[in-house]
Parts: sequence; structure tokens; C-alpha cells
Amino acid sequence: MKVLVTGVAGHMGRLVAQQLLAHGHEVIGLDRRAWYHPPEGIKVYQADIRKRPAEDVFRTQQPEAVIHMATVTHLTHRSEDRYRINLKGTQAFFEHCHRYGVKQAIFVGRHTYYGAAPDSPLYHTEAEPPMAVHTFPELSDLVAADLYAGATLWRHPEIDTAVLRCCYTLGPLRQGTLAAFLRGPRVPTVLGFDPLFQFLHEQDAARAIVLALTKSLRGVYNVAGPPPVPLSVVIREAGRQNLPIPEPLFRAALGRFGLPQLPRGALEHVKYPVVIDSAEFKDATGFSPEFSEDATVHAYRDA
Amino acid sequence: MKKRPPAMIPPSLIPLPTAPSIARRVDELELPFSRHGVDPYGVDKKELAKFFTLLQFLYQRYFDIECVGVHNIPGRGRAMLVGNHSGGWAIDALMVVASAFLEMNPPRLAQGMAEKFLQKVPFVANFSNRLGQFAGLPEHCIRLLEDDRLLMVFPEGARGTAKLYRERDSLVSFGTGFVRLALSTATPIVPVAFVGGGEAIPTVANLYGLGKRVGLPYIPVTPYGLAIPLPVRFKILYGEPVMLEGSATDTDEVIGGHVEHIKSKIAALITQGRALREGEITAAEVKLS
Repeated sequence: MKVLVTGVAGHMGRLVAQQLLAHGHEVIGLDRRAWYHPPEGIKVYQADIRKRPAEDVFRTQQPEAVIHMATVTHLTHRSEDRYRINLKGTQAFFEHCHRYGVKQAIFVGRHTYYGAAPDSPLYHTEAEPPMAVHTFPELSDLVAADLYAGATLWRHPEIDTAVLRCCYTLGPLRQGTLAAFLRGPRVPTVLGFDPLFQFLHEQDAARAIVLALTKSLRGVYNVAGPPPVPLSVVIREAGRQNLPIPEPLFRAALGRFGLPQLPRGALEHVKYPVVIDSAEFKDATGFSPEFSEDATVHAYRDA
Repeated sequence: MKKRPPAMIPPSLIPLPTAPSIARRVDELELPFSRHGVDPYGVDKKELAKFFTLLQFLYQRYFDIECVGVHNIPGRGRAMLVGNHSGGWAIDALMVVASAFLEMNPPRLAQGMAEKFLQKVPFVANFSNRLGQFAGLPEHCIRLLEDDRLLMVFPEGARGTAKLYRERDSLVSFGTGFVRLALSTATPIVPVAFVGGGEAIPTVANLYGLGKRVGLPYIPVTPYGLAIPLPVRFKILYGEPVMLEGSATDTDEVIGGHVEHIKSKIAALITQGRALREGEITAAEVKLS
């Protein structure tokens, strides 16, 4: 099958492209960033998803399936640009899919969609609304992109659209939201709070995305792997030092003393868990992670 | 040198030793613990063992507890313990959890549906979640019951713990959510009466204003100041399980009827528990049906 991966130069994009190639698919990549030495067999076009040259890729290449990963994840990267890429880019993506006869589309979203709050339940199911809109306003563009992608199911019913809400990824690439949070030698937590964190080895995450393609998934699915682990344990097993900070001082301490800078809404996500139920995805695809929670966090530590 | 497998659990929050007999009972719990001794909700075996070691002391030494009808709690499968609140804070919940663990064979972990504000209190949420006590959300109720767990519900909520000493054996209005949840998940309800909490924590006043300022619904005040429970006699009575019939989508009137039915069962148990506590009847004379 001819598969187009948008955001292919990102760490997950590369993994997904490589796994697709290994599965014998014809892989084309699209990204506004460069991927200087892609493996042989992956053709990469450097273009912005919102611009004309990106549409040309759809027109000339006529992919059967597409995987949309061109959303900006960096929470500290807060700009008009990010908002536009995440929303306008997603809109352009699905319009191209419709116009150029794409049969299958996968939107890779995030489990933080559900938001963290003291009254949010453990194990969110796909039917739940996005609490993140008020608990973490900085995520609202990603939430909107997720909902927009899901609406493709009725807007363009001829496309088999799957929205994957993936939990955090972790692994030797050391990329992604959780990896960035764990980067420094000391990791700030809120004193007296130790939420459960759910993460997936990056290879497993890529496998899950490829599996969604193979199984022609249609609908919204939570994607998670091993059981959740308390944040303090993630920090300890990642070889970092947990620095519990009383809540009133937490925000003042961020960005100082070698601690990471976090957006305002992130506080709730350090205090309360976002744990998803991925039973439906497992039922639909038979997915089971290859890496346990310990192996995953140790792979991150030892990389 | 052989490397020890990493335990994926956080350090304990209870700086106390574990009794070996309690650790063995924790092993007997029928919960899906991972190889790290943690269940999918983050309930932690080691922490449970420490917690129940502490509770055993309170249950068997500090307080004088008599538990009647523990055989009415199903040994396995979903069930809902529905009880009255007695005492200025949820000392009753602690003791019901202790009795399900210490008196049942094999033991069961009663999982309470705690007040939502507790999740905002540092350490409290963290600690209680590791012991299987979660925020009282319908989503949690349904999920735990569908996992065939033993749920513990106090439909009076914070209104119930706010009862003063003179109101100690009364029942305030019940929430109705538990009946709908029991109906939708086909869960038997075990009525529970707890008597003696009012004597343990004889609340003479509740400070609502001060409580609000520190993030609590109220702060109970006893004649001796703090709401530290006194070593008194408690009676815990478990009634026969009730399997409600009907639909979770019935009208409020119908659901209200079920609630009153359960409430009257609990009230009858409280009356008998009070008589038992005053020595007017013996445990053998208690009618649990």
C-alpha cells in the first residue's frame, strides 16, 4: 500500500515510516522540517502541510493511506504558528484526503485530550468529553484538532478515519512531552501528589500506529500499553532526582535551578493522572506492547 | 552480582513495620496485582500491608469492635456496602475496610468512594489512592463494580459525617446515585450499620467557615478540642444482601423508593446496633434480614 506520513521528520514520524517500510509498504513522507538521510525507499517531500506544494504531493502521489503526525507537540512552543499548524494543518490534511481519493486516514492525537483534574476518573473511555479544554487551556488547539479529525467520519464517510489518542511515549530517542519533562537531573513534582503516568515505548507506539493502518481501523481509539506507574517511580527509574515542591512555590521554581519550563496548565497534569482505557483498541487490533513499563523507562534512562 | 529486579512502586508513606500475618492476608486478596504488586489502579500491596497492620492495632486493640453478619458480604464478585456515617470524620469507613479485611476469609478490600475534595488535599489523595480509596465518581463506581470489586458507599456523604453527638444515630438524606449504579451493574447491596462513631468523636460543633478556608467542608470540634477518636465500643452490623429489581433509568420516584427501602434496612440495623451496644440484646438476637 502507498502510505503518506505527514510530520515524518519528527521522532515518531521516522519510526512509523521505518516500520511501514519494514512491513513492505511504499512510504512517502511530508514535513516542513528536513530529514537529511532517510532510509532508502522513503521519499521525503519538504513542504508545509498548509501550503500548495503539500497538496501537490497528494495530487501527484495519490497515496491510498495517510498518517497525520504533523502536529506541534512542544508545550513550551506556544505561538500563533503552533495553533495554525495544529488546526489549519489538520483541516488541510483531511480536505486533501477527500479531494485526492485517500481511502484510509489516521490522526495521531494525544491522551492528554482528557485532561487532568481532581475529579477526573482513572481510565478514560473514548466517549468522554475533553476536560483538557479547561484544565489545560494550552492544549485546546490539539483538542480541537482531535475533534475535527473525528468529525471526518461523518464529513467524509468514504474515508476510513481513525483517531488515536496515544499516551506518552518514552524510549531511547528521548523525545516527546514526558521525555522533555524528565530531561534534567532534577524533576519537579508537587509535594503530596504522585499521579499515575501512562507511557508506551516509542517502538510500541509506532507499532500501534502501523497496526491501526493494517487493521483499517475506523473510529476513535485510546492507545496505551503497560499499566500506569506513579510519577515518582518514573522519575526514580529514569535515574533522575525527584524534587517535590510545595504547590505555592511550584510555578516560581519552574525554569530556575535547572528545572524545566512548563506552561501554566501543566500543573494539573503533574498533580493528577490522565489514565486511559485502551481495551477497545486492543480488541480491534490485538495490540499488546513488547516493552514492559520497566523496560521502557530503563530504555530511556540507559540511552 | 545479580541485579535485584526493580520494584515499580513508590516509597511507603507509612513509617511503620508490617506484621507478617497481615502481609499473608494481603497475598490472599483476590485482586489482579502485577508482578510488582500493584493493581491496574495503582493499589499497592506493600502499602496495603502496612496500612492494615496499623488498622489491625486500631481495630483489635484501640477500639472494642464487635462485627455481626460479616458472612453477608459476598466472598467474591461485585457488591456494594452501603452504610451510615457515624463520627465527625470517616472513622466508620476505616473500620468497615478493616472488618472486611480482618474478619472475612479470604479477606476482601473494601474500596470507598471518597469525598471529592480529598483529591485536592496534598498527601491524602496520594495515600488513599494507593490503598484503593478513590474519588466518589460514577465512572469509578461502574468500573470497579464491573471489575467485581467490593465497593463501600456512604450515601449521606459529608452531611453524614457532620452529624453532631446528639444526632449520632440518625440518618440524614441519602444520595440516590448508588441505587442507579447498583441497578445498572446488577450489584447486590449489603446494608451496613455503624454504631459508636458518635461516642468516639463526640462532635459538639462544626466549623464551616474555617474549614472552607483550608479546603475542607468543615472542621469538627469535640469537647476536648480536636476530633481524635476515643477508644470506645463500636458495633458493625452487616445486613443480608439486597438485590434490587428494576431499571437504572426508572423515574426519580421509583429510585427514591429503592433508596428508602435500603435506608429503612440501615435504620433497623442501627436500632439493633444501639441496643447491642447498650447490652439490651446479644449478637445472636440481632435480625439481619
